[in-house]
Amino acid sequence: MSVTKEELRHIASLSRLKLTDEELDALNIEAVIEFARELSEVDTGDESPTNHISDIHNVFREDEVKPSFDRDDILKNAPAKARGCVLVPKVVE
Amino acid sequence: MNYESVIGLEVHAELSTNTKIYCSCKNEFGLDVNTSCCPVCMGMPGTLPVLNKKVVEYAIKAGLALNCDITRASKQDRKNYFYPDLPKAYQISQFDLPLCTNGYLDIDVGGEKKRIGITRIHIEEDAGKLIHSVMGDESYVDFNRCGVPLIEIVSEPDLRSAEEARVYLETLKSVLQYIEVSDCKMEEGSLRCDINVSLRPEGSDKFGTRSEMKNVSTFSGTQRAIEYEIGRQTEILSNGGVIEQETRRWDDGKGENVLLRSKEEAHDYRYFPEPDLVPMIISEEWIEEIRKEIPEMPDKKKARYTGELGLGDYEAGIIVGNKSMARFFDRCIELGGDAKQTANWLQGDIMKYVKDNDISFDDVPFTPESLNELSKITSDGTISITAAKKVLARMFETNDSPAKIVDELGLAQISDTSAIEAMVNGVLEANPQSFEDYKNGKTRALGFLVGMVMKESKGKGNPQIINKMILDKLEAYKNS
Repeated sequence: MSVTKEELRHIASLSRLKLTDEELDALNIEAVIEFARELSEVDTGDESPTNHISDIHNVFREDEVKPSFDRDDILKNAPAKARGCVLVPKVVE
Repeated sequence: MNYESVIGLEVHAELSTNTKIYCSCKNEFGLDVNTSCCPVCMGMPGTLPVLNKKVVEYAIKAGLALNCDITRASKQDRKNYFYPDLPKAYQISQFDLPLCTNGYLDIDVGGEKKRIGITRIHIEEDAGKLIHSVMGDESYVDFNRCGVPLIEIVSEPDLRSAEEARVYLETLKSVLQYIEVSDCKMEEGSLRCDINVSLRPEGSDKFGTRSEMKNVSTFSGTQRAIEYEIGRQTEILSNGGVIEQETRRWDDGKGENVLLRSKEEAHDYRYFPEPDLVPMIISEEWIEEIRKEIPEMPDKKKARYTGELGLGDYEAGIIVGNKSMARFFDRCIELGGDAKQTANWLQGDIMKYVKDNDISFDDVPFTPESLNELSKITSDGTISITAAKKVLARMFETNDSPAKIVDELGLAQISDTSAIEAMVNGVLEANPQSFEDYKNGKTRALGFLVGMVMKESKGKGNPQIINKMILDKLEAYKNS
């Protein structure tokens, strides 16, 4: 299975990665896919898929309200803010 | 060529839990921006989500009410995409092991029953809200809604018209409200819907290419949006064109949809099992516990009203369609109220008052006990129907009992036969000709005399008693 440069560009854009033509050419994506293919060839027999690495399940929280953060505190990490909101470049989809 | 439309709905309902799905911030609509936020729902690095148990319970409850199989070993997955209202850059959702699968919902379209398949119900988190600046080139982000629990209910492509889709949505809403897992306020965005529409030649059993429509937020909008999309696709196909698989955005104000993204631009969400959350194992005991909490569903309730209680289809439908009214009605019946009379009051004068004053049924100030009392004093002749309507109007304004209001307004009918007899005798003496008229077959004389006595009693005489008394006297004269 080979990956075209166009597909690679699309995958990069989904991950918000800006790659130049040289960088795209230099990416040895075939080797990565080949590695994954090798994994899929392993006979796992009757083993069920591992959805989680631990053996625990059903970790829940009761539905009880606890105080939220102060707005000024929670917004401290925002690169830009105004009127109690995080400010971002206008995105309309 | 005639085309058949094939429609499936994906409905998102916000769950009415106290807290968000993965943190203990308050889940409430209308709070001041970014005041119900913490590092977990703001997607700060290093934080860990902990699943709200109620969310799982509500989803299972919805699944049971919609006749689904409950998945015994379920898990959550990451859906990856970039958008500013999603601070983690992934939404925790469910991919291949949704909590509920393979259910159905029976709907009634113009008297015809139809069963609509439910493919799946899964839990996920809502995103924040973007407020776009009108002039500038920035958007404001409010994260209060980020992490609010949602269930997504995916239907089979079983719907065949815009009307069916609207009825399905309304029926689904009433089910979710009955089991009290969501308040389903479309105007507050707690019920939202994506619509898949495709067309195929009539008689074909193959599916055509479908489009997906987003941003539909009212019931009437649902119907309009589907009608528009059916029209758009019909026109393309009739002109020999091809439908593209694409996502379109409904603009309710303009009444049209516009292309959002084509198939080539479709997102690849790169789902994978959520490593920060452990699997859910749902036991038989837990399911049975939740099953016990499910109240009588609207369709069963309606069948009971029309069967056992003898209500008409229309009035039963109106009462069942309003959960609060149905609860009120059930309480009246439990307390010994008359079904027919109670139903008349509820869907007549009470509903009219609620609509005219733009209030919700929950705001009706009097109790089922009071309404029963009103019904009782009306049917036993203490007050007339006209007077009862006046009493009801007062019941919306004061806390007084119907009996007290009757006293205050002096509305009690005169049922004291001696008092009525005196008035009847007076009227008959003043109108001797009436006896002859009646004897000669002019039965209208009876109505005239009753009217005279009613006037004499200033409208408070019991018309049944007056009627009988005069009739007896006229008949006696006729046969003498």
